[in-house]
Amino acid sequence: MTLRSIWSAIRLMVLSSLVLGLAYTFLITGIASAVFPQQAAGSLVTLHGRVVGSRLIGQEFTSPGFFWGRPSATSPAYNGASSAASNLGPTNAVLIAHVKARLQAFLKANPGVTASQVPLSLLESSASGLDPDITPAAALIQVPRVARADHLSPGRLRSLIQQYTKGRFLGIFGHPYVNVLELNLAVLRLRRP
Amino acid sequence: MTWQGVAQIFVLLAAVAVLARVMGGYMFRVFEGGHTFLDPVLVPVERTVYRLCGMRADEEMRWTVYLRNLLIVNAVGFVLLFALLGLQQFLPLNPAHQPRVPFWVSVNTAVSFVTNTNWQVYAGETTLSYLSQIWLTVQQFVSPVTGICLFLVIARGFARHQTGTLGNFWHDFVRALLWVALPLAILGAIVLVALGSPQNFSAYVHATTLQGGHQLIAQGPVASMTSIMQLGDNGGGFFNMNAAQPYAGPNVVALVVQLLLGFAVPAGCIYLFGKMIGDVRQSWAFYAVMAIMFLAGALLLYHSEAVGNPIINHLGAAGQSNWVGKETRFGIGSTSLFENSTTAISWGSVAASNDSLTPLGGMVTLFNMMTGEVIFGSWGVGMVGMIAYAVLAVFLAGLMVGRTPEYLGKKIESFEVKMSVLAMIVPSFVILILAAISVLSGAGRAGIFNPGPHGLSEVLYAFSSGVGNNGSAFGGLNSASPWYSATVGLAMLLGRFPMYIPLVAMAGALARKQRIPVTAGTFPTHTPLFVGLLTGTVVVVGALLFFPALALGPLAEQFVMQAGHVF
Repeated sequence: MTLRSIWSAIRLMVLSSLVLGLAYTFLITGIASAVFPQQAAGSLVTLHGRVVGSRLIGQEFTSPGFFWGRPSATSPAYNGASSAASNLGPTNAVLIAHVKARLQAFLKANPGVTASQVPLSLLESSASGLDPDITPAAALIQVPRVARADHLSPGRLRSLIQQYTKGRFLGIFGHPYVNVLELNLAVLRLRRP
Repeated sequence: MTWQGVAQIFVLLAAVAVLARVMGGYMFRVFEGGHTFLDPVLVPVERTVYRLCGMRADEEMRWTVYLRNLLIVNAVGFVLLFALLGLQQFLPLNPAHQPRVPFWVSVNTAVSFVTNTNWQVYAGETTLSYLSQIWLTVQQFVSPVTGICLFLVIARGFARHQTGTLGNFWHDFVRALLWVALPLAILGAIVLVALGSPQNFSAYVHATTLQGGHQLIAQGPVASMTSIMQLGDNGGGFFNMNAAQPYAGPNVVALVVQLLLGFAVPAGCIYLFGKMIGDVRQSWAFYAVMAIMFLAGALLLYHSEAVGNPIINHLGAAGQSNWVGKETRFGIGSTSLFENSTTAISWGSVAASNDSLTPLGGMVTLFNMMTGEVIFGSWGVGMVGMIAYAVLAVFLAGLMVGRTPEYLGKKIESFEVKMSVLAMIVPSFVILILAAISVLSGAGRAGIFNPGPHGLSEVLYAFSSGVGNNGSAFGGLNSASPWYSATVGLAMLLGRFPMYIPLVAMAGALARKQRIPVTAGTFPTHTPLFVGLLTGTVVVVGALLFFPALALGPLAEQFVMQAGHVF
């Protein structure tokens, strides 16, 4: 009786591996690449025929002429092949030191901005280390710096941010955000029309 | 807190009530004899499976036979997964050339996925080949189905009278896979691809970033795994940061879809139980208890994250919410809702870094798991745990009035109470004893990442997650160390089998009893009074058992944080 059950269980697990593992995964892959090829391939973004990243995966921006994303805890920053959070707890001195240092660095890079204007989300690292978005407030605070560096009018940049802001789902879920890569691609188009 | 953030909690709970009704009615037809719209396709498939595997799906089993078959399937699944992970470097579909999976990681991972825990001591994108991820997917189908079988056998203990048999394991197992898990997983995966999750076997993509840097971007069959990991309340993600990784959680719509997938079957089991015992009023009483505790947790967690960290707020930047380890697109509100859900359901997928939650926010996630994962819980076993609490509650009520307690037409005697208490002792015993040994031993302390009281919270969380078969983590803890691989592995096994086997035995005893007719003296168990009594039982048992540990961990940290002290 037990032997018979073991033999049945072995056959069931082998069958499961074939159907629930392989067939299921390949079926979804087939449907995905036929119906949603762009998403299935990773929402990649190309510029002049070159892959410049993925719309969904944040990338590092440090130059003053681009909008910057949030601090990333991956090693190195924005490592698209190794998502990670800092895991720092709220009473960890290292966390406080990091936030302090980022605030100082941000103020230095954005003259004219005061501490009380800098959103916390720009000073605290994301969960994945690959957050592709920032809040509209975090984008607006960077307008003077980007405008100066790119010789663009702040008004045009502000309307660009408004244009690229996405709202909450059903008006209640999530948080309004701007995709940093899409915003910077738009800035590039403004720079070299 | 914003009104949107509060409103979404109520919207979700309303959606879950609808899901409970729809899924419960559907599953009743699947398991207890009835017709569904999928029958024309699936009945022939079902017959083929029985034939290929040599199963007799029509003979009724005693609880011991049912349980033995369940354990055999789990044991075979463990051996197969362990072997396949160990052979990863010799097998195809490995474009990133991932090397051999270390021994302890294989052992821990095989236990983890077989027990529906999905505790991950590895980072998916840097450790596993695409094929290994596929083998994990198999267990993500099979392990929740094991949970629903445990539920079905226990529910039949109440539904049946004067009989020694409780159904057929093969019938329940194969039908749960074919009628529930597979169709919903396929549907969920396609929706997730449409919303942005990738699904490919490509090599990792090399990109030249806009400012000229180089970025390597992990790829893979993400949507298919994400769908079943959420539907099955498995929680083991394709990537290290799970649903927070933007490929797995591309936007908040995808997050809501994943929430609904995760709630579908646990909520359905609540209604299914009522249908099986022929009294759905009992289901809504259970739903009320779970919803009350869910709501309390969700509001406290959200409030705590929205108020943020006073030490950081003192630095003078704009705003006050705790954004550490959270993603912009989910915001504070939806992140909090997801983290409360993932610990209330024995789920374990995360959309944030739980280690970086505020102390009270972290305490909510801990408490949700410490209840024994009964606030919805994962497939079936959440209901099973809640039924054990209900047996205890009617026993307490019986003691108060001096009457032999009855529950759902069954006399509750010493054997039933003993089995319920035995099941409830497992989580407290495992969490408290293993956490105590860990903080006393050098090997245990070496794995702690954050200093101060938060370090104790990390250890408590690891064992709560393990024994609750949850799988989420305070990620700073070095879970890959041999000490935590072994001890959390043990916790996962104890939280799966010793916790539920006594309740299966209880069901065997209950099924043999005759039905007691309802009289004026029967204590009704569908009224607000009983909802209050049951909620109180869960909270008081949890509070009494874990309050000292919580006081030394998250509560101590909360006071320290308020005082502005850091470590």
